[in-house]
Amino acid sequence: MAEQNNEPPPNKKKGLSAVLDEARALKDRVVGEVQRLKEPGKTQLYRSMFRVKHDEQPRNRALSVLTNVFFHLHPAKINRDAVRYSFTWGMGGITFYLFLVLTLTGVLLMFYYHPTKVQAFRDILYLEHDVPFGKLLRNMHRWAAHLMIITVWLHMFRVFLTGSYKRPREFNWCVGVLLMVLTLLLSFTGYLLPDDQLGFWAVTVGTGMARATPLLGHEGPFGPQLGMTPFNDVRFAMLGGSIVDSNALLRAYIWHCIALPLLAAVFMGVHFWRVRKDGGISGPAPMMLESEVKERKGPTPVILRPSGMREK
Amino acid sequence: MDWHQLWEIVSTPDNIPIVALLFLIPFYTWYGLRQARANDRLLGDLENDPQKAKTHHRKTFPYKPGWPREVHVWPFLMRIEFLAAIIVTALLIVWSITLNAPLEEPANPNLTMNPAKAPWYFLGLQEMLVYFDPWIAGVLFPTLIIIGLMAIPYVDANPLGNGYYTFRQRPVAILAFCFGFLGLWVLLIIIGTFIRGPGWMWFWPGETWDHNRLIFEVNRDLPDIVGITGSAGKIVFGGMVVGFYYLLAGLLVHKVMTINEFTRKIYRRMSLLQYLTIQFFAVTMLGLPVKILLRQLFRIKYVWVTPWFNV
Repeated sequence: MAEQNNEPPPNKKKGLSAVLDEARALKDRVVGEVQRLKEPGKTQLYRSMFRVKHDEQPRNRALSVLTNVFFHLHPAKINRDAVRYSFTWGMGGITFYLFLVLTLTGVLLMFYYHPTKVQAFRDILYLEHDVPFGKLLRNMHRWAAHLMIITVWLHMFRVFLTGSYKRPREFNWCVGVLLMVLTLLLSFTGYLLPDDQLGFWAVTVGTGMARATPLLGHEGPFGPQLGMTPFNDVRFAMLGGSIVDSNALLRAYIWHCIALPLLAAVFMGVHFWRVRKDGGISGPAPMMLESEVKERKGPTPVILRPSGMREK
Repeated sequence: MDWHQLWEIVSTPDNIPIVALLFLIPFYTWYGLRQARANDRLLGDLENDPQKAKTHHRKTFPYKPGWPREVHVWPFLMRIEFLAAIIVTALLIVWSITLNAPLEEPANPNLTMNPAKAPWYFLGLQEMLVYFDPWIAGVLFPTLIIIGLMAIPYVDANPLGNGYYTFRQRPVAILAFCFGFLGLWVLLIIIGTFIRGPGWMWFWPGETWDHNRLIFEVNRDLPDIVGITGSAGKIVFGGMVVGFYYLLAGLLVHKVMTINEFTRKIYRRMSLLQYLTIQFFAVTMLGLPVKILLRQLFRIKYVWVTPWFNV
């Protein structure tokens, strides 16, 4: 409980009165325990779940975060200004929340959906017209997905503007970029699933570009020279065929519902863990002055110098 | 002015996020840069007053000595997260009740949608297809964007501005990012959404989408304009033009990176590899607007024509 030590001691009493206070607190606790033993009928429910009393004691406030599996992603204490909206814009947290919303609504949608050419479109019609709240469910999944893309971009924009990718958070920025790509891919694979004209043509146009992949596409530079045809190139691997058809639908479904969410969850775990390990969010940090930047001495090294490794 | 057409584009449910983007992006840009300006003013004071710089005035938010530096996550952060979750949920529910997710006719490979648009967040890439061949617009550029973004922390030799908004201490970095994000990515998405109509033709906002419109665009290759006909001549000429562009744009980027004493100081901290990486990504990024201008102003299709690829 290292955090405990940072708390300024509440107006330190000296000598006898302090000892007396402690003794009184100890007595209260003992009396409480005895009471609990005497009256087993009194429920232990709350205590069995949360362990920690809900009050304003600094110790209990810290423990309520640390002893909760969902909250313990947070530290017990943070920079007093890190809670300010003007600094964080709240976009990272909202993105994560939207991911949770999408997982929940997505799982519910999966109950009503078959990834086959025969049924996919009918399932959507069924969902929209017969399933209770089905339309709301689908709308919510769609709009949350779009919103998530916006919040991811804004999160990245904020992180850039505050220079938060700088040492020691370089790697976490990279993880973040990958998460953004995964978000876009998740959204894109979901686009095909209703099996309507909109998704079909969007995916046809989108994957059509893969034809032109250099070396790996049958219309790309040096692709034909390497033996690429419409039936063995990278687009064929994406679609499971040379056209957007039932295999493409199945592949989109599996990427969308299983593979990409799992990948995203793993990267998110790393992302959040690294935020903590790199010392919490970057700021608001005290400002550094231009006059404090050290000039490099001697000739500039030519070889790769990972950022900041040689400073300090 | 065809208000109906304009309304039809703006009110398409799938375009709502972009309409939201039109407000959100400028707002947050202003919101961030406003704080950057305030911090820059404070930085100016601190640079002039070394004594002040030794005090708590380095903090960007109000602070008095003696105030606790940290607050408990429970409840001071948790309550904000909880509130944010409630607001987002409420917003989503209202949005989902009032607007329906689009559902078109069943997929039909024999009936082409016109315009066949990618999802809105990929419209920037689709718009690039106008100016470049698919292997550049659809494969090379996306790859470079991802790698370039990931390279940022490793090529930025500027240690300042870590954890607070500032423009003065990172002018080149902020300008470059805003140019790429706002000036290219977001702008191309807006063009792709609001300007491009049937046949991916250019329709100004308020212009009626004419499905029968034909434009005879006489796009010509640069070598043809200059009068080079031989295949080998085209390869050499195009390569030279592209190489010349990289040289010229590289000089421009160098000029920007060393524009004043402060940026020169940062420049001197870079290793050669960092410098060259920045140059490569910056010059390649600038190639996009250059090609857009070449196409829109001079109707030039390709600059570099070879039997294997065209640029």
